[in-house]
Amino acid sequence: MTDETSEENTQEAQPHVRPTTSTITLANRWDHFLARWGVNRSGHRVEPGLYALGNPIADSPVFVTANYTLSFDALRSALPGIAGYILVLNTYGINVWCAAGKGTFGTDELVRRVEATVLHEVVNHRLLILPQLGAPGVAAHEVKKRSGFNVEYGPVRAADLPEYLKTRRATPEMRQVRFTLRDRLVLIPVELVHVLWPMLIAAIALFLIVGPLATAGAVVAVLAGVVLFPILLPWLPTRQFSTKGFILGSAAALPFTLTAFLSEPGTALWLRVGWALAYLLGLPPVTAFLALNFTGSTPFTSKSGVKREMFAYIPVMAWTFGIGTVLTIAFTLFRLLG
Amino acid sequence: MASESVSATHASVGSANASACARTSMVSTSVNTLEYNPELCINCGMCSIVCPHAVFAPDGHVAQLVRPEACMECGACQRNCPTGAITVDSGVGCAAAMIYAALRGKKEPICGPESESESEPEPESDDCCTPGCCCS
Repeated sequence: MTDETSEENTQEAQPHVRPTTSTITLANRWDHFLARWGVNRSGHRVEPGLYALGNPIADSPVFVTANYTLSFDALRSALPGIAGYILVLNTYGINVWCAAGKGTFGTDELVRRVEATVLHEVVNHRLLILPQLGAPGVAAHEVKKRSGFNVEYGPVRAADLPEYLKTRRATPEMRQVRFTLRDRLVLIPVELVHVLWPMLIAAIALFLIVGPLATAGAVVAVLAGVVLFPILLPWLPTRQFSTKGFILGSAAALPFTLTAFLSEPGTALWLRVGWALAYLLGLPPVTAFLALNFTGSTPFTSKSGVKREMFAYIPVMAWTFGIGTVLTIAFTLFRLLG
Repeated sequence: MASESVSATHASVGSANASACARTSMVSTSVNTLEYNPELCINCGMCSIVCPHAVFAPDGHVAQLVRPEACMECGACQRNCPTGAITVDSGVGCAAAMIYAALRGKKEPICGPESESESEPEPESDDCCTPGCCCS
């Protein structure tokens, strides 16, 4: 049921309900693993449509989700022993929140999918339970007007659904997004995959042209940005991602700066200071830039805030990186020629 | 950055945009694009329900803007406000997507809500999920 990508479901209006369970199989886990590592990024899809979880009756609740396997599986696995219907929207393999922001998890698709599955004949009530994070794309009052179904926003996390179903009220905790260490850790693989090739190419080039210390410095700066930064995010000082990144990047660059300064006591002082400066200026902006790019992976950065931050700090990154690079090239040439 | 002073239902805004908002009793802050007009609020409670950062809170006869600085401009409140009391320039707070969009000569990253057009959404897997994007 995992890697299905077949055609849009627009056949004759007849209730067509597929069975599903709340069990996560080994195959599901393998699929989740591949998704986390960015393998076949948009291919982790569930067939859109209506699913029966357990043995639902006409009174059973209807849950709505995206056709991304991680979203669908999070929902069904949170509902063991609960009978209900799952209405899967076609979000082209994108999770609920991103798809809602993009509009694919939206009013139009929801109304269309309700009609295509003839939901009003399957259930005797007129209530859809949506994940709260679907709200940026769905206007509840419009869905009501166009389909007759009421939209009820459940909790942010599917795991809170059983508790929610008991009281039909989400606590303030259930309504707020979190960004726990675990949430941040699961993002690291895909961050790593994204930088892998550029990092390897840069490392090889640096190793051949400049030397092992520069290679190690570059790799450490990149890893600080994509591995350490997500882990340390809440504890790094300052508010903006770029400044957090510069601070972490400076800490990561410090050993290389000191090594460059201290390792060859015989050479001229200006040369040692120059090399040290090359590391101190060239490496932190690499980490800072990757840190800035992590903004999109977090659940609390705003468009206007990120834009402001980009205008303020990308020039600083460009200048420091540029000066560091020029120094490195100059001193490498000097070493080769002199 | 300077003025985040939003307290009551009626306009109490920082000096930066005080003049602009005094007329319309609009509540906003200079840290983001969220604007709320309590005069249009019918107290349906949707904004408090959909906001993932508890920016709005239900109270008495109108919704209260209690944590405007926590707004991430996802647009959920605006989309679900039946009276248009809330406006926000919503979009994705993603530097990677903005850089990617800029490099490809597009004005806005695709991750943000498509404009108000009712057109059929298209699968644009690569466009949305630029490196570092939220789509994980």
